[in-house]
Amino acid sequence: MKDEKHKSTTLKIDGMHCASCQAPIVCELNKLPGVSGISVNLADREVYVEGTSTDDLLIKAVADAGYEAKIDRTDSYQDTDKANRDYYRHLIRNTTLALAVGIPLMIFGFFEMTIDPTWTPLRWFWLSTAVATLAVLIIAGRQFFIGAWQAFKAHSATMDTLIALGTGMAWLYSTVIVLFPELVPEIARHVYFEAAAIIIGLINLGQALEQKARGRTSQAIRRLLDLQEKTARVVSDGEEIDVPIGSVVKGDIIRVRPGEKIAVDGLVVEGQTNIDESMLTGEPVPVKKADGEEVSAGTLNKTGSILYRATRVGADTALAQIIKMVRQAQNSKPPIGKLADKIAGIFVPAVMLIAIASAMVWFNIGPEPRAVYAIVTAVTVLIIACPCALGLATPMSVMVGIGKAAEAGVLIRNGDALQTASQLTTMVLDKTGTITAGRPEVVEVIAFGDKTQSAVLALAASLEQGSEHPLAQAIINAAKQRQAELPAAEAFEAIAGHGVRGRVDNSEILFGNHKLMQKFSVLLDSHSLKTSEQMAEKAWTPMFLAADGQLTAIIAVADPIKEDSVEAIKRLQADGLEVVMLTGDNKRTAEAVARQVGIVEIRAEVLPDDKKNLVADLQQQGERVGMVGDGINDAPALALADVGFAIGTGTDVAIESADITLMRGSLHGVADAIEVSRATLRNIRQNLFGAFFYNAAGIPFAAGVLYPFIGVLLNPIIAGAAMAFSSVTVVSNANRLRFFKFGSDSS
Amino acid sequence: MSGLVNMGGLALMAAVIWWFWLAGKRKAVKASDGIIEIQVANGVYTPDRVAIPAGKAVTFRFIREDPTACAEVVKFDGLGISRELPLNKAVDLSIRYDEPGEYAFTCQMGMYRGQVVVS
Repeated sequence: MKDEKHKSTTLKIDGMHCASCQAPIVCELNKLPGVSGISVNLADREVYVEGTSTDDLLIKAVADAGYEAKIDRTDSYQDTDKANRDYYRHLIRNTTLALAVGIPLMIFGFFEMTIDPTWTPLRWFWLSTAVATLAVLIIAGRQFFIGAWQAFKAHSATMDTLIALGTGMAWLYSTVIVLFPELVPEIARHVYFEAAAIIIGLINLGQALEQKARGRTSQAIRRLLDLQEKTARVVSDGEEIDVPIGSVVKGDIIRVRPGEKIAVDGLVVEGQTNIDESMLTGEPVPVKKADGEEVSAGTLNKTGSILYRATRVGADTALAQIIKMVRQAQNSKPPIGKLADKIAGIFVPAVMLIAIASAMVWFNIGPEPRAVYAIVTAVTVLIIACPCALGLATPMSVMVGIGKAAEAGVLIRNGDALQTASQLTTMVLDKTGTITAGRPEVVEVIAFGDKTQSAVLALAASLEQGSEHPLAQAIINAAKQRQAELPAAEAFEAIAGHGVRGRVDNSEILFGNHKLMQKFSVLLDSHSLKTSEQMAEKAWTPMFLAADGQLTAIIAVADPIKEDSVEAIKRLQADGLEVVMLTGDNKRTAEAVARQVGIVEIRAEVLPDDKKNLVADLQQQGERVGMVGDGINDAPALALADVGFAIGTGTDVAIESADITLMRGSLHGVADAIEVSRATLRNIRQNLFGAFFYNAAGIPFAAGVLYPFIGVLLNPIIAGAAMAFSSVTVVSNANRLRFFKFGSDSS
Repeated sequence: MSGLVNMGGLALMAAVIWWFWLAGKRKAVKASDGIIEIQVANGVYTPDRVAIPAGKAVTFRFIREDPTACAEVVKFDGLGISRELPLNKAVDLSIRYDEPGEYAFTCQMGMYRGQVVVS
């Protein structure tokens, strides 16, 4: 909540186009007492003022600078909430008024509803009822009539059209009967004032309930918005000053104490601490942060006090990008909703035609009183039809489903990705960094001849300095640990899928896999082959070092399997997915890893370019393929897959790169994404089925198709209630997704 | 009497078909200075037909005055753009279509409907 000290006011300033316009405005505002911070957004012509100054003073200060300011009160969802609450109260007032008139009329109508042609007190009563009901229509139903008229002028027809026509017809017919009863036979002299009033009341009630339910669908994004800090404690000239978040610039040094949130993205420059990143990544264990490590806006500092340098501020922070992406995705529509959209476009005029046709059928071949039946069925058809339920079916579920996924650190790009993820049949996992931790370490060095372990590591590391391969860093680290001197390498060449070569200390050095040795005809004796096989059996990756055509060493590197990979892969398999492991590593190592994690299908020794082909092959076999990779090395395969999953480590992710981004490194995120997408699609189908079935069954029923068989005709009030609650049902069903439980406790 | 009613009914049906599906569409409003302001109120976008040139971005400034939930999102066909419209706050969207034709922009439920005429 905003306290008085940190009140933030947004001013909309007409005519503020450029930096020279903003200068006098900022100058005038700065003169005001109580203003603690000012930031300007020229693009939106907005000025954000922090402090305790009053709105009137702010407007006057801007006027003194020669501009006109308006206070923008809808800059945050708290303000939107207030607007929603006001509107909810307005709808409830409308409901109360309409039902206060309608319900007594309905009860009275059980006893007496017919009109006598002479001006009896009862007829006078009905005339005054006509006036009272008209007041209900004007006060509580005004929005429907205005909306219907505006839409009509634009050659368009909406929900409002149906409600206005239905209730308007009921009132008009009843009023004509009161004024000119002799126009119709005695049996037809029924009035429907109570129907008009109650329908208006019920629809207002339905809208109020829908408004409430809708608020809950956006809970996830609100939690993310709440993570944004309002101020940051910037250290300047040795002093710590609280400044509004909008005024923090790149390079500012910021102090954060235990229990406080990180305000903007940055790099730790002093101190160390544990930071809870669960709100962004879903990872429950706090992460240790020290000098040079990244911290992200919105995460919670747990233990230590640190200083960090701001590297990304405003809309550039990971949190801001996540919010932007989740918002966009929540508003996108998966293909499953497209049919409903098409129908919604022609729905209302079609319902009007059905209403007229049904009235004509009743008028021509219906029983007496034909005119009454004709009017009642037309009103009932107009009132029961609900295009809103159709239109809401998909977006409400998408909103909740994508929000739910975001809470678990799973960012789904859009509705398409959501729907396709629910239909995947095969999941391709890149071994390194996906199943394994992606932090390979040298576990064994076997040097041949007179070379020491340090010497062979130094040779290998010299070459690897130029390589971008994930294993390269492991070799360099091992050499550094042994404090080996790294001589410079010349004529370096990386051979994809094989290894590296170059000249070090005047020797021709080769370092890579079995295939590299074969390619350059380096003889591997049976002992070294056996040694390498034994290493591979342990899920290690053996690499051969040759100097001037002679095998000099075998260096084994192991990349530990992530703790929860086994469990997550089990979940994917239990979800019915065929899991395929993909690796550039040798077959034996790949098999050993696959055995440990329970994967049967593996593709080993795959060159980087072939990853894409493998995905294409699987697709040709009719599979719908998901591909999980780090989003950088696997970009082409991720792009080709039906759904590309970029697996992140912490918050340092390239959000733009994949259909689904997993904020934490665990494969559980993939299973979470699959399960939440399936649950969401199931929810959408329920909603669409409900909405289609409701309209497809309700409209003929309202038109009276059952009457010839069982003598039942729908009361327009029941139709009004059904219509009002059909939308609420759709939104409430979507809200059930909020309680969706992921298959892993870690989520 | 019944003949009259039937004639009236048929005429009404014809009128519905003509007015909502066939009648001449309103003239599209052109953006001045590359900005077109669209009011979201009473169930309609005003203006609801906007003419823009192909291949050129035009700013659509939406101002939502209707508090009903229906009006809270606007989406553009074929662009994958959908944006929440906070109440009484201008939201600028940069819209660009490369191919000439007519494209719809609607609320989530397809009740608010507008058209972008690209030429």
